[in-house]
Amino acid sequence: MADAILTMEEIDKSFPGVHALDHVHFDVRCGEVHALMGENGAGKSTLMKVLTGIYTKDSGTITFEGKEVEFANTREAQDAGIVIVHQELNMIGDLTVAQNIFIGREFMKGFKIDDKKMIEESKKLFDELHIDINPRDKMSDLTVGKQQMCEIAKAISHQAKVIIFDEPSAALTEKEIEDLFTIIRDLREKGLAIVYISHRMDEIKVITDRVTVMRDGGYVGTLITKDCTKEDIINMMVGRVIYETPKTESKVAKDAPVVLKVEHLNAGRMVQDVSFELRKGEILGFSGLMGAGRTETARALFGADPKTSGDIYVNGEKVTINSPQDAVKHGIGYLSEDRKRYGIVVQKTITENSTMATLEKYMNGIFINKGEEKKITEKYIQELATKTPSADQLVVNLSGGNQQKVVIAKWLVRNCDILIFDEPTRGIDVGAKNEIYKLMNRLAEEGKSIIMISSEMTEILRMSDRIVIMCEGKKTGELDISEATQEKIMDRATRDIA
Amino acid sequence: MTKKKSLLSDQRFIVLLVIIALVVIYMIFSPEFRKYSSILSMLDFSYYDILMAIGVTFPLITAGVDLSIGTGLVCYALVAGRLVRDYNCPVALAMLICVLFGVVVGAVNGTLIGVMGLPPFLATLCTCMITRGISSMVMATPWPTNKQPGGWFHSIFKLTFGTGRNALKIPIGFLVCVILVLVMEFVLNHTKFGRYTIGIGSNKEALTLSGVNVKFYHVMAYVICGLFAGLAAIAYAAVVPTVQPGTGAGLELDAIGGVFVGGVSATGGYGSVIGTLAGVFVIVLLKTGLPYVGLQANWQQIITGIVLIGAVMIDVAKRRRMAKEQ
Repeated sequence: MADAILTMEEIDKSFPGVHALDHVHFDVRCGEVHALMGENGAGKSTLMKVLTGIYTKDSGTITFEGKEVEFANTREAQDAGIVIVHQELNMIGDLTVAQNIFIGREFMKGFKIDDKKMIEESKKLFDELHIDINPRDKMSDLTVGKQQMCEIAKAISHQAKVIIFDEPSAALTEKEIEDLFTIIRDLREKGLAIVYISHRMDEIKVITDRVTVMRDGGYVGTLITKDCTKEDIINMMVGRVIYETPKTESKVAKDAPVVLKVEHLNAGRMVQDVSFELRKGEILGFSGLMGAGRTETARALFGADPKTSGDIYVNGEKVTINSPQDAVKHGIGYLSEDRKRYGIVVQKTITENSTMATLEKYMNGIFINKGEEKKITEKYIQELATKTPSADQLVVNLSGGNQQKVVIAKWLVRNCDILIFDEPTRGIDVGAKNEIYKLMNRLAEEGKSIIMISSEMTEILRMSDRIVIMCEGKKTGELDISEATQEKIMDRATRDIA
Repeated sequence: MTKKKSLLSDQRFIVLLVIIALVVIYMIFSPEFRKYSSILSMLDFSYYDILMAIGVTFPLITAGVDLSIGTGLVCYALVAGRLVRDYNCPVALAMLICVLFGVVVGAVNGTLIGVMGLPPFLATLCTCMITRGISSMVMATPWPTNKQPGGWFHSIFKLTFGTGRNALKIPIGFLVCVILVLVMEFVLNHTKFGRYTIGIGSNKEALTLSGVNVKFYHVMAYVICGLFAGLAAIAYAAVVPTVQPGTGAGLELDAIGGVFVGGVSATGGYGSVIGTLAGVFVIVLLKTGLPYVGLQANWQQIITGIVLIGAVMIDVAKRRRMAKEQ
């Protein structure tokens, strides 16, 4: 085996009140894909931020290409050849794709930025990666999946020696993940060192050579991927075997009443004549590729986007939903795929977020009843096992999984009986993910009905009682969990394409 | 994914229509307005607004603001004018001092905002008060008139041939402004400074993570704004008989209003300097034109306010439509 191109030893970092990294060891070699795993708050992202100069380490050494280094900022790290593809998308929406890819290192013609050359170079880059994106498009016009592809292209375009993927697949469809893996394998062939942070155990097995596991800011150990099992890794991460057992048959009673019926819903190109039923206590999975129109269907149903036609029945009664307020009135809650944009106000406390949609319940005249507000919030913190020092914690300080729980709490406080989960575990790691799964199963058992939009096949197959498959704005199939397989779903999800 | 762009979706085009409409209405209802001298005087009083607006376009695109330009320009004009009066300072040097003074105040604003992280509204409110305070300590000052020594600087804005009634006057200042607008439009769209200005307004965090020296460019946006406030001070001194101490508050609002009418996004990240020029012209036409059609100048504020609401609503509607198309 080749020597490590990058070695981090005895890295220590403390924030006020938190020992974020406790003498962590990590190294990566040329031509390998090295997974970095751990639960929420295990310190993976912090470690990578220390590496790329976003945080300064308290102690320890970083050796890169045989020399000790300490980068002052991401620019220095980039220049040295260490690039990070961030978990949160870091794109400037008002600029074009090409302008984003070359931001900070534009081609110049004297004082003038050479946009033409930037577009050409972007095209070359996309051709190389087999990505179909017009570099002239404005970034904010692209789907999340395509934005992610641009982010990856941007990282690759730095003459990088080490590329860190921080949950690159979180927003991608199965097909896009396949493309991503092809790209990663290609980069590995070329001798690059790749750090791959992901929570998807299947991916780790498929794409990585070694796995380093972290827990609570400490280093647990490093394994050779092909010599270990999923369970080995999970045990190292949490010390217990987790995951809900996948469903083999629907848990919904045959005679369960239909709580939501959607007929011939139309809303633009992305939602064409979509009809489906949701029963009490059911988890209805919505599967399909990115851009299949699942989110759009949910948004039109929820009243967040206008619909051109279609009837919606809640508990057998025809209802009019023209705005989210209408939807909420009829007991429908929507948990967005983009928590930070639509789900929560990160700079507010858990309490304020939890009661945001129901504030009128906690009013004494014109004043907010803080005591009552706090009581209900604390109840849900306990019930959902949200990890936080107090209800007054700012949501921004919580991990992804715990933020998701705050969003769930918000809708539960609201007494919604129909919950639409849009990519419920995106950006959430194994431990927390399973808690979300458990929670969803429990909610279903308690009689709530759930629509779950997910791009993750295992999630769809693990959680759903029934699966609706969409493709290019149309419903292309519906399967009971007992008959559903990955192949059957993919076949229907790609029916109109090819 | 190519998008058809109709002319009507470009706010600058709508603004142009508004300008034409206003001019036509004025021309129909006021014989006085049709005179060359009226147009000349209207232009005279537009230059400092235009210059201020060009500058403040940049902080506004970063989703910031600069409230200090109005009191600032009065302060610079006063201090420099005093130097000319009392210390025989050459006018050329006084002009340079105006610009440098503006740059310094801009750098202070920029440092407070970009480096120390103060909210732009507060930081520039402070420098607004400070510059007003400084200017209230200086005596009222007329800059040299056309015929006095040093009066040559008027010809930057208006070339006068001949004397008396038959003198031919050419509003060369308009040309100067247009050239500056084109230069700054180029700077905004084709230089690093311009691109990062947009980036700061659109997603500052992403720009920082891309390794761009964001603090520097953030400061620069205010420096450029200050520089243009300095230029505006010269244009101001050229048209007012006497620069009055302690005034200037409110001048910036015409410029800022013009920028928004011209299509700079109220949330930053998008805008154009050409749009700014058109937007300011709407404001100037309302400010100086309404008296010609028999409306009190007071109406200008009310109507400007209404126009501004319309302009910002176009922006909001545009953002909403874009969000929906996704």
